[in-house]
This record gives sequence, C-alpha cells and structure tokens, in this order.
Amino acid sequence: MAEIGGLNRREVLRGGLGLALGCSAAASPLLTPVAFASAPWENRLVVIILRGAMDGLDAIRPVGDRDWAALRPTLSRDDDKAERLDDGFFALHPALDRLLPMWRRGELSAVHAVSTPYRDRRSHFDGQDILEAGTPDFGGPGGSDGWLNRMLQTVPGIEAETAYAIGREKMLILTGAAPATRWSPDARLRLSPQARRLLEMVHHDDPLFRDASAQAIGIVDGLAAERAESAPAMADDAAGGMAGAALTGDHVQLAEFTASRLRGDTRIASFSINGWDTHGRQSASLPRALSNLADTLLTLEAGLGPAWDRTAVVCMTEFGRTARENGTRGTDHGTGGAMLLAGGALRGGRVLGDWPGLGQADLYSGRDLMPTRDVRAHAGWLMRGLFGIDRAAIEGAIFPGLELGADPRLLL
Amino acid sequence: MPFDPILAAIRFGTGLSPVLPPPGSAKAMLAQLTGRDDVARQLPIAPFTEARPTLNQLRDAKRAARTAAGTAQAGAARDAARARNLEAVTTRQRHFATTLARGVIAPEGGLRERMLSFWADHFTVTSRSGNTVHLITPFVEEAIRPHLGGRFGDMLLAVTTHPMMLAYLDQSRSIGPNSAAARRDGGGLNENLARELLELHTVGVDGPYDQADVRQLAELLTGLSWTPERGMEYRPTHAEPGAETVLGTTFAEAPRFDTIRSALQMLATHPATAAHLARKLAVHFVSDDPDPDLVAALEAQFLDTRGDLAAVTAALLDHPASWAPEARKVKPPLGYMQSALRALAVPPEMLIEADRQTWRRLIERPLRVMGQTWERAPGPDGWPEAAGAWITPQGMAGRIDWAMRAPTELLAALPDPRDFVMTALGPEPPEPVVFAARAAESLPEGIGVILASAAFQRR
Repeated sequence: MAEIGGLNRREVLRGGLGLALGCSAAASPLLTPVAFASAPWENRLVVIILRGAMDGLDAIRPVGDRDWAALRPTLSRDDDKAERLDDGFFALHPALDRLLPMWRRGELSAVHAVSTPYRDRRSHFDGQDILEAGTPDFGGPGGSDGWLNRMLQTVPGIEAETAYAIGREKMLILTGAAPATRWSPDARLRLSPQARRLLEMVHHDDPLFRDASAQAIGIVDGLAAERAESAPAMADDAAGGMAGAALTGDHVQLAEFTASRLRGDTRIASFSINGWDTHGRQSASLPRALSNLADTLLTLEAGLGPAWDRTAVVCMTEFGRTARENGTRGTDHGTGGAMLLAGGALRGGRVLGDWPGLGQADLYSGRDLMPTRDVRAHAGWLMRGLFGIDRAAIEGAIFPGLELGADPRLLL
Repeated sequence: MPFDPILAAIRFGTGLSPVLPPPGSAKAMLAQLTGRDDVARQLPIAPFTEARPTLNQLRDAKRAARTAAGTAQAGAARDAARARNLEAVTTRQRHFATTLARGVIAPEGGLRERMLSFWADHFTVTSRSGNTVHLITPFVEEAIRPHLGGRFGDMLLAVTTHPMMLAYLDQSRSIGPNSAAARRDGGGLNENLARELLELHTVGVDGPYDQADVRQLAELLTGLSWTPERGMEYRPTHAEPGAETVLGTTFAEAPRFDTIRSALQMLATHPATAAHLARKLAVHFVSDDPDPDLVAALEAQFLDTRGDLAAVTAALLDHPASWAPEARKVKPPLGYMQSALRALAVPPEMLIEADRQTWRRLIERPLRVMGQTWERAPGPDGWPEAAGAWITPQGMAGRIDWAMRAPTELLAALPDPRDFVMTALGPEPPEPVVFAARAAESLPEGIGVILASAAFQRR
C-alpha cells in the first residue's frame, strides 16, 4: 500500500526524486475526489484523431440522397443492415451497431459535410498537421503548436496533469508552450533510490532529458499509488462484470488509461486511432476501424463512470474520401467528411450539418463531398460550452481567423 | 576539414565500440560505403526472392487449412499452416536481429548501416498482411542497400518497382480507366503510390506539383504490377493509353516500362528533389534546424553529380557544420539500442540466435515502449525526426528501464562502469556521468546510468 504523505504529486513532478520514493498522493478518484483537485474545471474533453482519413460518407451514410447508391455501387450493398438515424436520411454503418444505445440516449451524434481548411493536395500528413495545428497552414517541423495546447495557453493554472497526450505517437494537437503530459499505458520504470539520484545527475544539464525523466518517474509513482489504492475496488468491478471488460486491443488500453486519468485531475486528453486509409476492399477494412472506434467509446463510457456525464469526446479526421468508390472497391483521399461526438454532456442523437447533396454539380472539384462547415467551428463551440473559453480567444488565439458562426448547441 | 574520429563514429555511425577502432578518416568511411559489403556477407539477409517462406507457401498453407476445415485433415492442415506462420515469424526476428547486429560489427564507425536506416525510413514500407511481415527487411536488402553509395535514381527505380512497395502503396490495384483490362473487367486508378512518390520520395510536399500531376503520374504508373512468383511485372494491358505530363515533362504515349523508367529518372534528378533530400539528410544527421550553408552544399553536390549518393555523403562529411561539437540530434530508439549494443560489444550470435521470448522481452517490447516498433512506422512518411518526438516521459521510461535491465541479460559479464563510460562516450565524458558511473551501487546500475545519460542518447 502506498502511504499518503505530506507531498503532493506536483512536488514529485517538480523533481523531488530522492524524496518521492513510493510516496505519492496521486488523486485516486475513489478516495480523494476533492482533496487534490487542481483542474480549473469539472468538464472533460477528449479528442480522438482518426488517422488515415475516415470515410464519413460510409460511417454515416446519406442513404436518403438520390445519388448515393450510384456513387457507391458495391459499398452501399449492406445499406439495409444500416440503422436509420434521425428522420431516416442518414444511416449508421453496421459496424457501429453497438453504439446505437448511446445514440438513442442522446450521447452520440455526428456532424456531416465538414472539413478542415486544408484543400486539394490531400496528403495525410499535411492534412493531419493542419487538423491538429488548427490553422489553414502548418509552419513546418517544430514551427507550430497544436490547437488544444493553445486553448490551455489561454487558461491560467494549467498543470502537466491537466492534459494528457496518450499513446506511442506524437500528438501535435497537444504540443506547445502549455504543459501537457505524454504517456503510453505500456511503459514501466523500476528504479532504486540511488539510481534515481544518479539519473537526475546525468540529465541535469540537458533540460529535454531532465524534464522527460522527472515526469516519467512522477507518473510511474502516481500510477503505482493509484493501483495500490484502487485494487480492492477494481476486484469488485471485475466480479460484477464491468462493461467493456471483455474488449481487448491497443485502442482499448488507450481508452482505459484515458478514463483513469480523467477520473482524476486530468480534464483534456487526446489520442489517435489508425486504420482509416481504405483505398481498397473498404467493406472489409472500414468495419475493423469502426469497430475499434466503437470499442474505444464504450470503454471510455464504462471507465469514466459518473464523469461520463461531464465529458465530450470529439472524433475527427484529416479529410473525407472521394464520393465515388474507386476501381478497387475502396475510396481515395477526398475533402468533406464527418466528425463524431460522444459523451454524457452532449445533446446528441442527431446528425448535424448543412447537407450539400451528392449530385455531380454539388461535389467539390466534381469528386468529393463539399464541406459546408469547418470542423474547427464545432471544436470551438465545444470548448466554449465545456470550459467557458471566450469567443475572442477561440477566433483569435486558438483558431486564428476562424469565424465560429452560429451556435450548433452541441451540449446539454 | 575538422574530422574527429570519435564524433564521426557517434554522429555518422552506429557509435563507439570497445573492439573496433573509430574511423580513421572521412575517406575510410566513404570507402566502406562504396566498397565490398563485408558486413552483409558476414551477417547475410536473403533477398526478397529467396526469403522463406515465400508468399505462396504461406498463402497455400492458409488456404489448405481453410479448405480442410471440418474434414478429417483439418488438424494436420491447421498445424501445417501454423508451422509456416511460425517460420515467417522466425525469419522476421532473424532479419531484425541481423539488422541490429550489423551495426555492432560494422567497421569504420558503421556509416553504411546509418545510411541504410536513413533510406529505409525515407522509403518506408510496412506489411499490410500477415503474409509479408518477414519480407520488409529483404526489400530493404535488395532495393536499398546496393545503392547506398550509388545513384539515387537507381535506388528510386529499385524501390518503386519492388513488389513490397507496389503492395504497400496499392499500385498493384491501380488500373488505367481506359485500359484494355479496365474495359474488360472494370477497375480503376489508385493514386496512392503516385502521390507519395512526389510528396515523400522525390520533390517533397513543397515541391512544384499539384493534383493534376498526381493524377497524371498515377496514370503513367499504371501497368506496374507484380506476382509472388515472378516479382515485378509490367502489364501493358493495364496501362492507361495516351501520353502523360508530369511536372511539365510529357512522356511517351506507348505503354512501355521504359516510360516509367524515364519518369522516375526525371523525378530523381529534379532540382526540387535535390533540395528536398539535401535538407532531409542534414536534418537527420546534424540538426533538426540545420545550417542553411550545409543544406546548400548537399543540394549543389546532388545536382552536380545527378544524385551520386557517395558524392553527397562526401559533401556531408566535408562540411564544417557537420562537425559542430554540440550533439544536437537525439538517437531514435533503434539507433539508441544499436549504439548501446555496439558499446557493450554484444556478440552478434547472441542477438541472432536469441529465442523468441528473450528477443521480445529484451528488444522488441522495449523498442515499442520507446516509441519505435520494428518495421511499423506510423505511415509512409516514416519515423519522426524531432528530438521532442522521442524524449517524452514514456520514451524516457522505456530507455531508462531498458538501460538498467537489458545489458546484464545480454552479456555474460558486464564491463566495469568506470571503463565503460569512456568506451561509450569517448575519452572525455561529461564529469557528472563519470561520477555517476563510479557512484552506482551495482554494476547493472552503473552501466544503466551511463546508457541512460543525456550524453549517450545524443549524437
């Protein structure tokens, strides 16, 4: 069992490495909901980056559009298995079936025909950079920061624990001047007190290494303390058959870890789900990715417990895919697409957006779904609703040059 | 020229070794790049066509297992498929171990192994099916390694027409919409390879191309395909009829492989390609924010020699900015591990003969935690370059934990940390590292703290 001593985690993180041995007061949500709360808000925001360009048209199918079936001769074959949403114009891809209860409870919605300001070159990497930078252009390696980080920069009192970039990949979206922690749930670190002291010494003159290893040690100590404290509670959960317990895979691990952070002091988290670049045999490849997404959202919901009601999850991708299926029963890089929103804080169960149509003249460049609104507007309205960020900061510092436009009223 | 043997081994090679002297001169390093490939002879990797199991052996075994399901032969067929699969997994591990071990034994600092990993990353390919996990290294071995001291254009041609690249970037599925094959069986264009060729492999994302060039190049590349038995195959029946214009150059109308060869040649020697690759090399070897004069020198050399990679490397080793004393690059996880194995002089057979469990525990999983899963780069743009992408809390946890634990399992006897600090860091290591090596309470921690030091992790 970990002791609860006079130190708090911040002191540990600040580098009291020799002193911090086994002694940490990481906020276990079960035991210390208030004592160490340092976050500026109670609401939580999770941004999931769907890397590879999700085909929004297939995920949320416009089955009521008269041009739909002709554009997707093979991919629309299982439309009869896709649950109709709202007034029946759209249908949910069958691989997202498990999310229907969430949809019906009003905790899941979609926004259609949206995109970032990125146009025409259709490169994943540039597209993702622009999505995460939140600007029409990206300044090149190291020259730019991410929009979630810029949001944190507008709020005083942010600590490293407030925001987490989770997983093995770099998340540009949280990179920047505001503190944010990066961690992957599969990391371990076992050190003797003397080794800690010596490590501090050999990293002392190199701030990059010094900060990263101090943070690593702080997180590991925090996790160990939390595990020790919550072990009995977890055993009860397992006996009671916790929802989502049977799900497996890296994405589930990410979601579980994310939920564990958000139950504590963390309020912002971001990670990615890959596997959306469905150039061929999309009827086989997209269901895998969608099913991973469903696992992820269900795991977050189960893991967050009561905090789910104060959470919004945004799933966004770098661009959509071509309206027509290609010669290999897949789709190529396009422009407009869809974003998904989940969480108990949402006023969901709706497909939002201004539908442009799929007629030849309606398409962007004659090939892609025409974007009718910027994904950043919805992200901006969420930040405004969840955290009270003011409009000027959103349109100025966070998404420079963006016009937020009318309130889509995403939240309850 | 400010050549420094210690810096040369660390910055341009796979690091210092207790048994191999650091490079004697830039000339000696370059001779390794262009001369006989003794390292590859000593620790061989079978080329794609000779790698076992073959793609067909794997596919046939799996198909037989599916067909036999529910019959009396089901058990035997399933066992046979599993055995094939295990053979592939074993081959993959051997390739992985051999690649790391080559860096341990490479003479004159190991420049060739560093160039290999640079270009293998530039032309990233990952396996998109369980049947090819063991075939990535063979692709690198036959399409990239022979050209490290040769012409970029030859490497580009070998890579672009290789079955693994054709499979990875969907080229084998791309069919000219007006070709005979499309008229008969349907099918159409897939732009993936064409786009990455321009954006990543040649002129770069800032290069002078647009969507029309991507489309034209995709049409030009139609016909390029492959089979497991014969490798790359050009199929005129799949080629889009008509001439194509890419970056202002119009190519012959006839559906011939030569058209593809000329287009790749044009791209390989394009000034935008020279600029893109010059910068990328300088960023990889010297600094995330390289001296513009160094980039200009590399670019000029690339243009003057029409992409002679030995000459470009010579320019890199010749430029004063390359020898700045401050180490500004951070070793990515694979390079970090490889240089640690070299400093420890871990015997190659220890790596290559490791059983599956040991390998996973000591090498494969730790690399994943450090953020660099073997042959699983996140996309065709390869691994990140910036120091900040690797030195994260999680990445550091992975590095420190590995440094403290793995060496003692990899070696029968650990060296004395007081000597090892000079083996690993050269004759003038930073004072705090010397102190820490002496003050550690156990041998593994002494070695660990040296390998986990900021000084060892930079180059």
